[in-house]
Amino acid sequence: MEKRSFFGELVRGIWKDNPTFVLMIGLCPVLAITTSLKNGVGMAFAATFVLVGSNLMISALARFIPDGVRIPCFIVVIAAFTTIVELVTAAYTPELYKELGIFIPLIVVNCIILGRAEAYASKNPIGLSIADGIGEGLGFLLALVIISSIREVLGAGSLWGYQLVRWNEVTAIKPASIMVLPPGAFLLIGLLLGFFAWRKKRKAEKETAQGYAFQEGIVAEIESAERAKEVAKKEKKEEKSEESSGESQA
Amino acid sequence: MVFIIIIISAVLVNNYVLVRFLGLCPFIGVSRRMDTSVGMGMAVIFVMTLASVVTWIIQLLVLSPTEYNLLYQVAHLFWKDAKPSDFNLYPLLRTLLFILAIAALVQFIEMFIKKNSKALYDALGIYLPLITTNCAVLGVTVLNSQVFWANAGEGAPLNLSFLKATVQGFAGGVGFMLAMLLMSGIRERLEMAPIPKALKGAPMAFICTALMALAFGGFAGLVSE
Repeated sequence: MEKRSFFGELVRGIWKDNPTFVLMIGLCPVLAITTSLKNGVGMAFAATFVLVGSNLMISALARFIPDGVRIPCFIVVIAAFTTIVELVTAAYTPELYKELGIFIPLIVVNCIILGRAEAYASKNPIGLSIADGIGEGLGFLLALVIISSIREVLGAGSLWGYQLVRWNEVTAIKPASIMVLPPGAFLLIGLLLGFFAWRKKRKAEKETAQGYAFQEGIVAEIESAERAKEVAKKEKKEEKSEESSGESQA
Repeated sequence: MVFIIIIISAVLVNNYVLVRFLGLCPFIGVSRRMDTSVGMGMAVIFVMTLASVVTWIIQLLVLSPTEYNLLYQVAHLFWKDAKPSDFNLYPLLRTLLFILAIAALVQFIEMFIKKNSKALYDALGIYLPLITTNCAVLGVTVLNSQVFWANAGEGAPLNLSFLKATVQGFAGGVGFMLAMLLMSGIRERLEMAPIPKALKGAPMAFICTALMALAFGGFAGLVSE
């Protein structure tokens, strides 16, 4: 088993196991609230808080929880943290609370959080679980920042609320408001997932190319040997069939 | 009439998958074939309707600051000056109680149909455990509690809000199933289509969903809210 470090777990969650682009889980809030960068960042911090808190509690409590009622116990812990987030956002950032709306209570059923609790926090020590929580949270933040900034720039012509392009009769640039509507979200996530799949495939091809020169010789040898065998077999068969036909004629 | 508007709104105008972005995981994960998406859709309709009923009752009896609140009634026996508004547990316990109610409900349904109807269990059984974490189910209950409860006001007839919530739960499930069916039809054809290798699978499914959402955008003016 490979050795795990705090920092390694943190980085793994951001890029290699990015929850949105690689694991493809917890997509509902990613698509729903990324109409502006502010919302995206707010959602990411809310989810990260719940993720780190629930990872911490679950990895601490895992050995006391019987296996049969594991999932309901995890859900109770996650729901408690979600309620904290909900009350805090409602009190201190009412605008954000209004924008995110139903998706704050829905952090409870976000697959990222229950998935990490089940797959990681319940089996690993507290320190690593916190690192995993922070890493996955930052990965989620990265995904939300990418998607929401693209959508805000293309759809509203602004970023973090600041107008980037002033449109009037002279410039005649109009934002494509489809990008802040639902179809734009689906289109963008489809293209981004496609991009990540393409990158992954290209990387795999590069890795095989490095070992290719060495493999090429072996492959060629095996192929030529097999071909020789087949030729030999065919010749034998032909001989046999000729013999048998000869016999039957006789 | 009210109910027809709720149904049209939940199925077409504010489709739970295509417009509200709820329940995307099963929508992408299970829509590869027509028969599985029918099974999943039926299970979601079933659970959503029952979850709407159950969470409405929970809200009435435990969470709401009305005189029906059980905690208030118990307290009222001991302290005559207890007020219903002291028992507004809604912001504090809503998420926890609703998700626990849904989890328990799904477990209960699974046990019940396993014992009583073999055919139904074979059709829906494998989808039921997935539904606990389907955000469309929790989403519809939270929406019900926000929309129908908040608008009910003082002294409004509660049974109307109950029926509205149930109808919205059912219609939400129907909308989910509609989107699933359309998607699985498209994806069965996509298997044969010559598309770039990188876009195969989920990416292409999302792009098709974008086109579907665009089409559903045409229903936007159907119901004025």
